[in-house]
Amino acid sequence: MPELLEVKDLHTQFFTRDGVVRAVDGVSFELAAGETLGIVGESGCGKSVTALSLMRLIPQPPGRITKGEILFDGQDVLKMDDDEVRGIRGNRVAMIFQDPMTSLNPVLTISRQVSEALELHLRMDRTESRKRTVELLELVGIPSAKSRLDDYPHQFSGGMRQRVMIAMALSCNPKLILADEPTTALDVTIQAQILDLLKNLAREFRTAFILITHDLGVVAGMTQRIHVMYGGKIVEKADTGELFANPKHPYTWGLLRSIPRLDETRREKLRPIEGLPPDLIALPPGCRFAARCQYKRDVCTEKEPELVSIPNAKADHEARCWGTQAGGWLVDVDYRTDTTVFATAKADA
Amino acid sequence: MAIGVADVRSTSTATADSGRNLLEVRALKMHFPLTQGIIFQRQVGAVRAVDGVDFFVEKGETLGLVGESGCGKSTTGRAILQLYKPTAGEVLFDGIDLVKLGGEQMRRMRRRLQMIFQDPYASLNPRMTVGNIIGEPLEVHNLAKGKEKTERVQELLRVVGLNPYFTNRYPHEFSGGQRQRIGIARALAVEPDFIVADEPISALDVSIQAQVINLLEELQSKFHLTFLFIAHDLSVVRHISDRVAVMYLGKIVELADRRALYERPLHPYSQALLSAVPIPDPAIETKRKRIILTGDVPSPVNPPSGCRFHTRCWKAQPICSEVDPEFKEHEPRHWAACHFPG
Repeated sequence: MPELLEVKDLHTQFFTRDGVVRAVDGVSFELAAGETLGIVGESGCGKSVTALSLMRLIPQPPGRITKGEILFDGQDVLKMDDDEVRGIRGNRVAMIFQDPMTSLNPVLTISRQVSEALELHLRMDRTESRKRTVELLELVGIPSAKSRLDDYPHQFSGGMRQRVMIAMALSCNPKLILADEPTTALDVTIQAQILDLLKNLAREFRTAFILITHDLGVVAGMTQRIHVMYGGKIVEKADTGELFANPKHPYTWGLLRSIPRLDETRREKLRPIEGLPPDLIALPPGCRFAARCQYKRDVCTEKEPELVSIPNAKADHEARCWGTQAGGWLVDVDYRTDTTVFATAKADA
Repeated sequence: MAIGVADVRSTSTATADSGRNLLEVRALKMHFPLTQGIIFQRQVGAVRAVDGVDFFVEKGETLGLVGESGCGKSTTGRAILQLYKPTAGEVLFDGIDLVKLGGEQMRRMRRRLQMIFQDPYASLNPRMTVGNIIGEPLEVHNLAKGKEKTERVQELLRVVGLNPYFTNRYPHEFSGGQRQRIGIARALAVEPDFIVADEPISALDVSIQAQVINLLEELQSKFHLTFLFIAHDLSVVRHISDRVAVMYLGKIVELADRRALYERPLHPYSQALLSAVPIPDPAIETKRKRIILTGDVPSPVNPPSGCRFHTRCWKAQPICSEVDPEFKEHEPRHWAACHFPG
């Protein structure tokens, strides 16, 4: 089956006074129709820039997509002219942004904003589009939708605004929705409402989703596959179940160990990842995580590892680590009990 | 009448273990007036941000205060430190009612009560060097001057895990996590007994959050600190707290030891809140049953009658909209305000 989206070797850079920020530095992945993919990482890892690049929304200057292909339904988005891109954006690919407070226009009514895409892409007239807007608002669970059409964004709460954003995203029956931290600004009970809604809509409309977040808990229940990003690159790709049961990159281990869990039974000391993420202007040679990695060896700071299949794991599980790939020193290691790791590391040294 | 009820129950909570309590909050209310008119402002209502809360904090413990935005948890923290003048109620710190203290007395008292703020970008003055930021409280309280002050600042930087030679740098030269460490060093400078930490990690990245949580825990055991830890992240609160209070719309709805609250929550709101937190484990996550609350939190200007949660509660009965449930001790050290707990 042909993939809905194929990203090949995407590079997005920002040219600043201080130097070139390599925000996305060679990212490749595929997405099938109806699939849900999670992209996880901390701020500055390039996950949002990846999403903006897919929509060609990188502000230019200072940013530029310097290399790569983005094939959507077989067509390269990067080779399209502006009109063609506009024909896709908001139509076949839609986006939900993090902050519902700032991503809606405060001086336009809700109906004006939701129906914009309907009139533009589906060539509906005013009455038709208003009718469809009511349906969409009802679909995303806005109570008494009809009477709220002419309200302004400030009259809605945060959760309701995010529902309006989702209604806008759904308006043209997109094949793909990019959701960039859709629930980060929301409270936990409202987050549960919105995630529940997204899950049901994805199932009902068979829309493919890319869910971008820093919260491993959110992707655990929402996605089929997960890509972990660090320093502008994907460092691990796996099925959601596989990634949590059998993670194969020390950064992923660090993320899993450093968050307190709601179901933790004993009060253990958290094991944070020491240090800071790398400076994307002056990237270190070798593995980008090496400076913070407790398992690193000489090879890690000298040569950069490739994203490759991993022994002792499912076939499509890939990681970018010298230690966990075939013949590496972390192959048989369970990250939860890292005493063995130190023992072997010492023995080898 | 509402105040009468509050008085009765606060004495019952207070007498239980008043010897060990560093802080006791009784029937605390913080209302912000809503006014109309430009020259002659008349009050047309009030935002009842905190509307009668009672709790105590024992020496050396961490009390977690959780709730969603707008529930009044930050206001409670600020009202305790007298950053707002409470509308009503008592804040007894070591037996002294802070509400009744005058300006100079309170200023002196502040040496013992400090605060760590949420936003490490907004809570440090960008025009002051790190040395001046951490050194200022030392000067204000006449604790150290000159060379002694410099040495103390360097020691504090070391304690929070920063390079002691950073004293001449400015806040913008630091990352979010490092700035939060500076804020913590500033709070520690005066050797306080009690620290209100208002969402100290929510502005930080996941991997940095754990660093700061560990630091706070280390400092607590090293300096015998008592914490009021305000946060919306229930997993973090579970990790760091000894006891946890859950707030909803200006009131504490449940208060219990950490384990009891997370394993046997009595109040429906606590139950919903806990079920809404995603767990980073797909095997558990796909099997879990979520309680999805409908609607939003009502406005604190005009809170619902009776139990404030009844508009969103799946257990609500007619009595819930009529009678405000009493904040009762249902099990030893486990309080909840609900007509149908459990």
